[in-house]
Order: sequence, then C-alpha cells, then structure tokens
Amino acid sequence: MTATDPIVSVRDLRKTYGSLTALDGVSFDIQRGETFALLGPNGAGKSTTIEILEGYRDRTSGAALVLGTDPGKGGLAWKARLGIVLQSSGESGSVTVREQLSHFASFYPHPRSVDEVIAAVGLEAKAKTLIRNLSGGQRRRVDVALGVIGRPELLFLDEPTTGFDPEARHQFWQLVRSLKLDGTTILLTTHYLDEAAQLSDRAGVIAGGRLIDIGAIDEIGGSEARTPLVRWVEGGQREERTTSPGAFVAALQSRLGTEVPGLEVVRPSLEDVYLGLVSRGDSASLDLVTSTGSVHRSTRSTIGSAS
Amino acid sequence: MSNTLALGGKRIGYEVRQYFRQGDTVFFTFLFPLVMLTIFATAFSESSFGTDADGNDVSAAAFYLPAMLAAGVLLSGLQNMAVDIAMEKSDGTLKRLGGSPLPVFSYFMGKIGQVFVTGLAQAAAILLLAATVFRVPLPTEPEKWLTFAWVFVLGVVTSAILGIALSSIPRSGKSATAVIIPITLVLQFISGVYLAFTQLPEWLQNIASVFPLKWMAQGMRAVFLPENFEVLEQNESWELPGVAVVTLLWLVVGLVASRLTFRWIRKDS
Repeated sequence: MTATDPIVSVRDLRKTYGSLTALDGVSFDIQRGETFALLGPNGAGKSTTIEILEGYRDRTSGAALVLGTDPGKGGLAWKARLGIVLQSSGESGSVTVREQLSHFASFYPHPRSVDEVIAAVGLEAKAKTLIRNLSGGQRRRVDVALGVIGRPELLFLDEPTTGFDPEARHQFWQLVRSLKLDGTTILLTTHYLDEAAQLSDRAGVIAGGRLIDIGAIDEIGGSEARTPLVRWVEGGQREERTTSPGAFVAALQSRLGTEVPGLEVVRPSLEDVYLGLVSRGDSASLDLVTSTGSVHRSTRSTIGSAS
Repeated sequence: MSNTLALGGKRIGYEVRQYFRQGDTVFFTFLFPLVMLTIFATAFSESSFGTDADGNDVSAAAFYLPAMLAAGVLLSGLQNMAVDIAMEKSDGTLKRLGGSPLPVFSYFMGKIGQVFVTGLAQAAAILLLAATVFRVPLPTEPEKWLTFAWVFVLGVVTSAILGIALSSIPRSGKSATAVIIPITLVLQFISGVYLAFTQLPEWLQNIASVFPLKWMAQGMRAVFLPENFEVLEQNESWELPGVAVVTLLWLVVGLVASRLTFRWIRKDS
C-alpha cells in the first residue's frame, strides 16, 4: 500500500441475513487523513458497514480493504493500527479509569500517554474512580479514550457522543480536531448532523442499505438543496428558493412598500439537506417495495432493531 | 511470543484485581467452601467419622477438609471461569478485546493465572481455618504435600479449561449462573463433596467416576485422611494413577472443546 492508496476502500459491499438484505451494494473510499461521516437513519446499515470494516462481521459479497488488508482476515498487527469506539459498552468495570487505560496502552506498540488521553477526554478528576461508578456520559468518554490510546492510524467512532452534555460534546470535538491534526483518519457515524458538519470533510448517506449520496460535507445533497429559502406572508404563507436572497428581499420590500410580514431567510443546514435526502431515499425504496415485494421494507425495520 | 507472555502476565494482575473487587464472586466462589466447612464442622461436631490407626477420632472438620479443598478447586476454576467469560461475552468486554491487538493466548493466560492465584489463596485459607479453628491435624510427610501439589495444580488447570469450554453454553450473561451453578452443584453432591462418597449407591459412584471432581476429591482424601481410611474407597485404594489419568483426559477434552467453541464475539448475531 502506498501513501496515496485509500485508507479504506469499499466496493459493492453486500450483507444479507437469510432473506434480509442489510447492505445492498455500498461503495466508497476514505483517503489518508480524512474524516468521513456515515449518516443515515437507524437500521440503514451504518453499523453493519462499520462492523464489517472493523473485522467484527463477515461480508456476504463485495470487496473491502482497510489499511490495505481484508478486514475479515486482519491479524494483531493490523488491529494495532486501528482504534475502535463501539456503539455501546457495558463492562462491569471493576478497575479505575487510569488502570483500564494503562492496561490497554500496554497492548499497543506506540501508545499515547495515559495522562494526556485522560486529560483530553476531561476525566482527570475521575482517573482513580472505578469505571462502574461513572455516569453514562463519563463511561462513554472512557470508550473514546480506549479508542485513541493506541495511537491509531484509523479511528472508528460509532455514535461517539451519545449521552454527552453540550459542553462534553464540544470538548470531544476539540479532541477529534487534534487527532485529525495528528494525521488520524476517522470514520464517524452520528445522529447529530451538526457534529458531522463540524468534524467531517466528506459524508456518505446510507438509507435502506444503499449509499444514496456521497460528497464533500458542504456540497452533499447538491446545490439545489442548499439554495437559501425566503419565506414571507402575503395572503398566506409564501416561499421561494433563490441564490440571491438579499436582492430578492429588497425587491420584495420595495414592491410591498413596507416591512415584509413574517420574513425569514433560511440557509438549509446539513440537517435540512440530510432530511431531504433521506425522505427521497425512503420514497425510492418504497418504489422498490412495490416492484419487488416486501423484502426491502421488512429489511429496514428488522435490521433497525438489531443495530 | 515474549510479548504475548508479558501481556499474559499483565492480564493475570488485572484479572486478580477485578476478581477481588467483585463482592459476589468473592462470596460464591472464594468464601463458599470456607463457609461450608464451618457449617459441617459445627453441625456435626458431636459425631465421629471414624478413628485413625492410633484410635483417635476423626472430626467432621477433618473429614470434610479434603472435600472442601476439591470443591474450592471446582468453584474457583470451572464455575468462576464459565460464569465470568459468559458475562464478559455478553457485556461487551470480549468484543472490545477482540478489536484490540491482545493475543487470545494472553487473555487465557490471564484467566488461568487468576484461577491459579485465587485457588491457591483459597486453599491456603481453607487449610488455615481447618488447622487453627477446628484443630485438624495436617499431614507432616513431604510426599503427602507433593501429592497435594500435583492434584491441586492438575485440578485447577483442568477446572479452568473446562470452565472456558462451558462458557459458550449460556446464551446470555444473565443466564450464566443459572446454567452453570446447577452443573457444579450436582457434581459436588455425586462426587463425595457433601455426601460421603462411599455411602452412595454403586451405580451413582460409577456415574460420578466419569467426571473429574470425584477423582480430585479422592486425591485430596489420599492426602488428608488417615491411611486406614483407604480401604473404605470404592476399590479399597486411593487410586492416585486413576486420579491423574481421568483428570488429564478431561484436561484434553476441555482444551479441544475450548479451541473449537471460543470466539471473541458471536459473529453475525
């Protein structure tokens, strides 16, 4: 593998459980140093994708390379280059935060400093507390700390900030930015679209086991979906998309000869773009259901509870 | 390989520390034989369990000491290991370790080391309790202690490996104790731990002879009961070679079963 090869390369990835299709031909690359967000509703196939790349699940078909290695066959040296923050954790935790981090640090050839990692996740005051006595959000920070302690080249973050308060989330963002500056490549899944917008360079949107869009974080969804929207009241609610909202509002004001009632200028956030994409993806899969029977619909709802 | 062994050593310390910080494991596997020895020694303090060659009475504590040592080996090894690993499988510990570069060998070295350390501490506590509180005379011959050493080591390792193999049976951590404890409890009743083995019907003795606990208990009796008790055994002999052979066979069975069944996670579940 050379410096320009992608860190993660996925081609036509498929995963079926019996007659259920969880992943239906997903392809994407992640370049070195990039932060890539995988977005999508619950049960869309995000976790299945990430767990295949982590080596936890076997794929049904398609190709996947992670750090140049087939994740289904990765050995210990390969695992030493990964950092994994799983979606859930529930260890009984009869060790302290520091003991746990020191212990895991010893697995890796070039670990980060335990004290620095504890400080980076903001757990200095809890370093000597047993993990079982931490709150849910604090435990989650231990998960993140364990994910980065081995100085990974590629870090998987599966919904890392679930249960964080806003301050902890901003702290976490700082941590991810500093990891990024160190050159860490990151694959992130999250339900917080502001988080994806803050942290990632590119995003892919998965719905119903398919990648329905992929692109730079400020371009995904296409320019149409990002065109500002002007709303006002004129004999009922009116709205219009325009690339020059300033001129439009000026024209509106001079035409009405008064302050424009109910005026709003909305620049669609990633969340608006995402919701538009996913609802279009839904109607696309509904079309699929009518032509191929109910398989896809049942897939989405069943896998939803599992992942 | 040296890294694998060094990590295994670290795992032993980590596992032992966790073990003693969990109140329920300390009670149900570590203190249990001590509690049982105390109950038996007190409840039957007026009864005689026979006399030795010099005509001295054998007390209840002396009679039950080898049984409780064997029970301790089974609990610290098989029961503790099977429940512990089943729990770790369901609470995500194994999933996390499986995603880290920790070698499987180091993980098991830590587990078996933990069983060894806690089992040894437990045996020492049982012997101390018997000798000081219940005035049980302990053997003075070095060869008896040599027998104790190999029966103990072989028993602990076999129990631990069988525990690893059994850990794949419970479908969840919550059901682990419900699945494993009845197995160890029945084994203890038919193998001469709570009931005198020689008083069981022969067919039950034959069934128990298939399993390793009967032999471990017999090996412990060879060490701690007076010589004249030997004729009371099923074949009027301690049968120490039989103790070694049957336990070793179970060790091999356990190794093969563990190798075939152990996974960091249940893939595709």
